Amino acid sequence: MVPEPARVLSWRRESHDTVTLALETATRRPFRPGQFNMLYAFGAGEVPISISGDPATAGVAVHTVRSVGAVTEAICRLRRGGVVGVRGPFGTPWPVGEARGGDLIIVAGGVGLAPVRPVVYHALARRADYRRVFLLVGARTPEDLLFRRELERWQRQGDLTVLVSVDRAAAGWKGRVGVAPALLADVEIDAGNAVAFLCGPEVMMRFCVRELGRRGLPDERIHLSMERNMKCAVGLCGHCQYGPTFICKDGPVLRYDRIRPLFWLREI
Amino acid sequence: MSEAERLRRHPFTRGLSDAQVESLAACARLARFPEGAAIFREGSEADAAYLILGGRVSLEQHVPGKGNVQLENLSGGDLLGLSWLFPGGRWTLDALAVEPTEAVALEAGRLRARMEEDAALGFALSRHVIQQLYQRLERVRLQRLDVYRVGP
Repeated sequence: MVPEPARVLSWRRESHDTVTLALETATRRPFRPGQFNMLYAFGAGEVPISISGDPATAGVAVHTVRSVGAVTEAICRLRRGGVVGVRGPFGTPWPVGEARGGDLIIVAGGVGLAPVRPVVYHALARRADYRRVFLLVGARTPEDLLFRRELERWQRQGDLTVLVSVDRAAAGWKGRVGVAPALLADVEIDAGNAVAFLCGPEVMMRFCVRELGRRGLPDERIHLSMERNMKCAVGLCGHCQYGPTFICKDGPVLRYDRIRPLFWLREI
Repeated sequence: MSEAERLRRHPFTRGLSDAQVESLAACARLARFPEGAAIFREGSEADAAYLILGGRVSLEQHVPGKGNVQLENLSGGDLLGLSWLFPGGRWTLDALAVEPTEAVALEAGRLRARMEEDAALGFALSRHVIQQLYQRLERVRLQRLDVYRVGP
């Protein structure tokens, strides 16, 4: 429960409000795709941030942070050599084993691409374990796209199908324009043999769930990463309570059929 | 490949009888657009319905002072254009081929005439149009929500 000091090894700007930090910790704790750490900006506060790096790289915790408030702003200001407190990793991982032998469909919107990037690293490292792998990415504008060079590289390499769409763009943009769930129309879904991982704004995930349902994908094959106000990260404080579920310890990755009644409940 | 065979490949003709598809084929032609070509421009006569077979089309609106803004892309299986439904209709957007695009163009006047002559065909095609319209409305609603924006 005590934050461990971690030094910033490298820093990279992803967009006007988002940075990726590589942090070195003494304990070099391993993590599984989908898990998060609590990052503590000294004097500002603590926030849950998903791990966006390669799970095979031990000892370095990579986090992609969007500046949306005082704490994340302080974290985004850190540069090489800066120190931040780290607790974790916490939470449930993406069930990468469940997709083995079948198709893996990943839909990520906005900064939701960060928590699924470790899944992509994992799938690329064990490419033979999966049939087709789709990465569908949505962003507000081309300038807001995260990991742009990496997306282009994955697209070129052809080990996975990468489809990117932005909500709005000027005339020069050669990529797609439209909402992320619309990208599912370009994916031939083998409903009996596919698993979907969704991560992004809850409204976007609702549209994806509806579309996947129309296309015949069973609810138990859909997994979502939910976000709530996480504080303690160990299921004690109740800030992230979601019905009978604590997002910090029972989530953030949850199977859709298990949270379906809550997912459509307002103001929870 | 005949126009009728091309038409059968498109969801717009799903559920139609062979005779109905043949009747549509009589007002159809294959249209190919190289990358960057304008398929139609805002304000011009909406003289055809385009059933996209392959490629990608950008729907754009010209905003004075900003130039063209891309609103949405359409691709294979989509219906491009709705303004042809009503006589005298004019396009309300620019449609540009972002990639080399192939489509079946159905001549608007003859298509409307066939939909009126054959009520069953008219009903079936109207349902397809409404379905496409509704899917696009759903997408526009989500776009309007601007879900990736931070703050109020």
